Formats: sequence, structure tokens, C-alpha cells
Amino acid sequence: MPLSEKEFKELTEKAHQIRKDVIQTVVWSGGGHVGGSLSQVEILVALYYKFLNIKPKEPKWADRDRVILSKGHGGVGYAPVLADKGYFNKSLLKDFNHTGSAFGMHLDSLKVKGVDASTGSLGHGLSIAVGLAMGARLAKKKYVTYCIMGDGELAEGTIWEAAMSAAHYKLNNLIGIVDKNLLCIDGPTKDIMNIDPVDEKWKAFGWKVKTVNGHDFYELCNAIEQAIAYKDGPFVIIANTIKGKGVDFMEGVPAWHYGGIDAAKAKKALESIDRMYGKK
Amino acid sequence: MEEQIGGLTWTVLDGDKLTAAEIYGEVLTHLGTKRSDIVALTADLAKSTKIGKFGDKFPGRFFNVGIAEQNMFGIASGLALAGFIPFVSTFAVFTSMRAAEQVRTDICYQNLNCKIIATHAGVSFGQAGTTHHCTEDIAIMRSFANMTVIVPADGYETGKAVQACVDWKGPVYIRIGRGFEPRVHKDDKFDYKIGKARVMREGTDLTIIACGAPLVAAVDAADYLKKNDKLSVRVINMHTIKPIDREVIEKAVKDTRRIITIEEHNIMGGLGSAVAEIVADLGKGCAFKRVGIPDEFAPVGYPEDLYSHYKLDTNGIIESVRELLGKEYEEDEDWEDEV
Repeated sequence: MPLSEKEFKELTEKAHQIRKDVIQTVVWSGGGHVGGSLSQVEILVALYYKFLNIKPKEPKWADRDRVILSKGHGGVGYAPVLADKGYFNKSLLKDFNHTGSAFGMHLDSLKVKGVDASTGSLGHGLSIAVGLAMGARLAKKKYVTYCIMGDGELAEGTIWEAAMSAAHYKLNNLIGIVDKNLLCIDGPTKDIMNIDPVDEKWKAFGWKVKTVNGHDFYELCNAIEQAIAYKDGPFVIIANTIKGKGVDFMEGVPAWHYGGIDAAKAKKALESIDRMYGKK
Repeated sequence: MEEQIGGLTWTVLDGDKLTAAEIYGEVLTHLGTKRSDIVALTADLAKSTKIGKFGDKFPGRFFNVGIAEQNMFGIASGLALAGFIPFVSTFAVFTSMRAAEQVRTDICYQNLNCKIIATHAGVSFGQAGTTHHCTEDIAIMRSFANMTVIVPADGYETGKAVQACVDWKGPVYIRIGRGFEPRVHKDDKFDYKIGKARVMREGTDLTIIACGAPLVAAVDAADYLKKNDKLSVRVINMHTIKPIDREVIEKAVKDTRRIITIEEHNIMGGLGSAVAEIVADLGKGCAFKRVGIPDEFAPVGYPEDLYSHYKLDTNGIIESVRELLGKEYEEDEDWEDEV
């Protein structure tokens, strides 16, 4: 079913709030992976507020859909979503990155409720997701496993080992989403290690591929719906995104892969985000 | 779905005819009939590692993921997160080095219930050369927090270890050879507990602490020395390297004041180092010698020739014992006083 206007409005409002929460969390943490946390916002919001079958009050519920944030450095952008869903109190994020906090920049599944696997070392998440999808099939469970990857991460060879195995086992309960924000730490992905034509690579590895604008809820939700309905094997959505999306001075700037935000920058960032959503 | 395990039928297996790997294949298959949460994985080494036996019996719970060890350990962690107990088997060299980060970060960091059976360890695949030798894995694996490291001495002990690790929480690394090593146990009629060393021979003059395939030579050496040199040599089977049996080591220092460690591994980081750490912590005088591969890549050769080359055979161990008995150590009658 296409996204209704009401749903679109709700998701958009949620994305607006999450973007601001991300900036706030980065301020609290003293520095964070802000660029990639802003590029993934619509992907997480679409999953968590429209598609996922989860019970935040029962984080270990056996039938829940799984989410593996293979681009684990997106943790500072993921934690605010989990807090908003009620996995834990948002005030805990004030300690993000601080000594002794449960929240490090790469989220620990043993410490943070709602995190299905500890990630942070790139190229690991898809193999874990493959295992979960195989486990679901074996246990005759209906849950879907989602794996969110970065485009720079696709240079890791293990992604392609995992991609091959997902197709081999015809895992139709596994959905990959590539947050293709075009930037690595050191510069544009195409200059550091070109991954294009990435859609053709996934296709060649046996996946059904759909490329969308990763900031457009209509396109994104339509693709996720297609992916869930697809029964012949694994499905990957290539979400074209902008690193730092919503904050004008961060958009497309590699240096904002990781950075600290002082009060002045935070004010500017929040104003820019408001402008993105047509607010003052 | 979890049923207590008891009354294993694998005890009827003939340890003379079956290799360690074959025995573990049988034991795992037996466990598989009792426990539907056990799954098994390999990376194109189903036949070499013998985990294929499990696959023959339970094809739906067996995954041969092709020659991709990193992906295999990642998948295993996903299966463990999904509630299964994955047994993963490939060569030790590919487990501990090719897939080291997946074992550490995906499995150990998340403290997952994943059991690894690493075969062809040490120089047991001697003719294959350094690419297939593995004299580093104990050092690597014991440095991973949450990991339990077990080095069985023969097929019967491997069977015991496989059985014991199912209900042992968290990741376990079981290290075995190629499977043609002589056995040290006559049968499986012995008590086995992870983390609890077994005294194979009592003795008061010197203690040999050994693990894995060379244990049998250590026992033979002790018997020979008793008969010919009138020496009383204690032999400890340190089948669990981590958590190590601190008590048995401290007692050996106290009772015999001389310790030799025997392992089919680089003498840096393995059993010898683990024992040395305890001895040093204790702060008591003790003549000490580590026998193993002396920080070099071993030459190509038949395992028995390489054991002899590195003094891991009976003659070599006898030689090391005689050498260490000639060494001085600070003797102090007042044990409690000593720093």
C-alpha cells in the first residue's frame, strides 16, 4: 500500500525530531559520527515507525524483526531512535561517549536495549544478519532481518562473502539497505575505492535490487514494502543519500564524518534542520 | 527443546581405530539427536574436519558455507543470536588468523554460545607447510576475553570436551590435531571438567605440564624416568588453557619446585606462557623450562619427525627433564616466608 499523506506527514515530523535529537546527542557526547547519522535518518525512521514488528518493552521478544546496523558508527544516530521508541530513557543519552557510559560510539548489544548485534567493525554486519535470517528459517520464525550498510563499507570483502551466501541460501527474510551517502572518512567513495555500478554488483551476486532516494519516504517505504513481499531471495535497497543531510554546513563535507559541535554550531545546525522542514 | 545430556552411546567407539576428529564427529552427531538447538558449520572442510558426519545425519542443521571463514564465523554469531548453539569447524590456522576478528568481535565480545573445533593445529599437518601449520592459536585465542580454550590430548578427551562445552556458557575454542596422534587414554572412563587439570602421574621431583598430542609422550617419559632414573615425575594434563587451573600449578611449584611445559605451539603465548604467568604471580622459586616451537616457522615434515625435532617426543622430554634436574633453584625450607 502506498504511503498515505498522513503517514508521510508523521514520518517527516519524526525525522525532523530525530535529526534534532542526533545533533543534541552529538553535543552531549562531545563529538560523534554526525554525517552518517544524518544520512541514515529516513531509513531508520521508515523502519522503526512504519515497518518493524517489535516490542520495545520486551526487547528480547523472540519473534521481533531484527535490525543490524552494520555501519556501526551510526550509533549516535541510532540510539536516539531507540530511546524515542521507548527502549530506554532518552536522558541516558546525556552520557553518550562518556567514561563508564553504556553508550559508546558503536553500540554494544549487551549494554544497550534494542540493539540486536554489536557492530562497529565494518563488513561484519551482513554475515551476522545472514546467520539471523538462517536462524529464523530454521526456527520457523516469521521475523525479517534488516541490515543497514554504508557505501564505503562495501569495500570490505566480507560483505561480498555474505552477499554470496545470502543468495545461495535464498534468504527471502533478509533485507539489505545501503545508505549510499557517497563519502568515506578520507573523501568521496568513488575516489577512495569506487564501488559503482553497485546495483549491478548486488544483482550479479543474486540479490533483487531497488535504487531509491534515501531521503524520500514515498520511495523508501515503497521499496521496503516490495522487499518484504519479495519471496525469491534477498533484497537490497540502494538508498541514495546525502552525508550530513539537513545541516547545510555538513552536507557533502567529508570532514563531518566525525566531529564535535559547540553551542554556536549546534544552534546553526538546528536552525538549518528547521529550515529543511520549512520551519522558522 | 533443550534436554539434559546423559548416557552417551559414543563410548562404544573404538579409540584405536578412530581419529580425534572422527570421535568428535560421532559425539556431535549424538548430541545433535538430543539437542535440536545444535547446528554445525564448516568452510569446505566437512570431510577433513569430520563435522560432515553431523551434516550427514542432520542436513537441515548443517551449513557448508564455502571457502569463506570470516563469513562463516559471522553467520555463526547470527545463528547464536537467533538462539542456536553453532559448532564451527575448520583448520586452526584459518580460525585463529583469517577469521580472528570475527571470532573476537562478533562471538567473544557478544559472549555468544558458539563452539569452535579447530583442527590440524600445531604441526599436525606437517607436510603442508607453514600456510597450514598453526603454532599461534592458543596465544591468540586466550587473549580474547570471554573465550574458553581447550586442548584435548586425544580422541576420547576430545569427545569429553565436545560434550562438556555444550552446556558451558559462552564461546569455546577446542584445538585438535589432524587426528592420527596416539591416544593417551585407554577408554573414556575418566572424569572430565573444563578448567580442572588432570594429574596423569603423581610425582615429587619435577612436574611436566602438557597439553594436546604431546601429553602421551610426557606420560611415557615419566614412566621411563621412574624405571630407569628412579625419578618421581608428576605429569599434569592441562587440557584447559583458559580458564587455567591455578591451584594445580601452585601445588606443583610447592611440591616439586621444577616445572617443564610441553606444547605443540610457539613457546611464546601458549601453555608455557600461561603457566609461567601463574608461577611468576606466585613469586616462589621454581626451575622452569618451556618446550615447544621456539618462535620460528616449523619446517615441512611428518608430524612425528617434527615432534622429535622440537623435543616433543618421549626422548626429547626425557632429555629436558634430566637437563632441568641439573639446574639450581633457590631453595628455602620456609615456604611461607619466601617472597
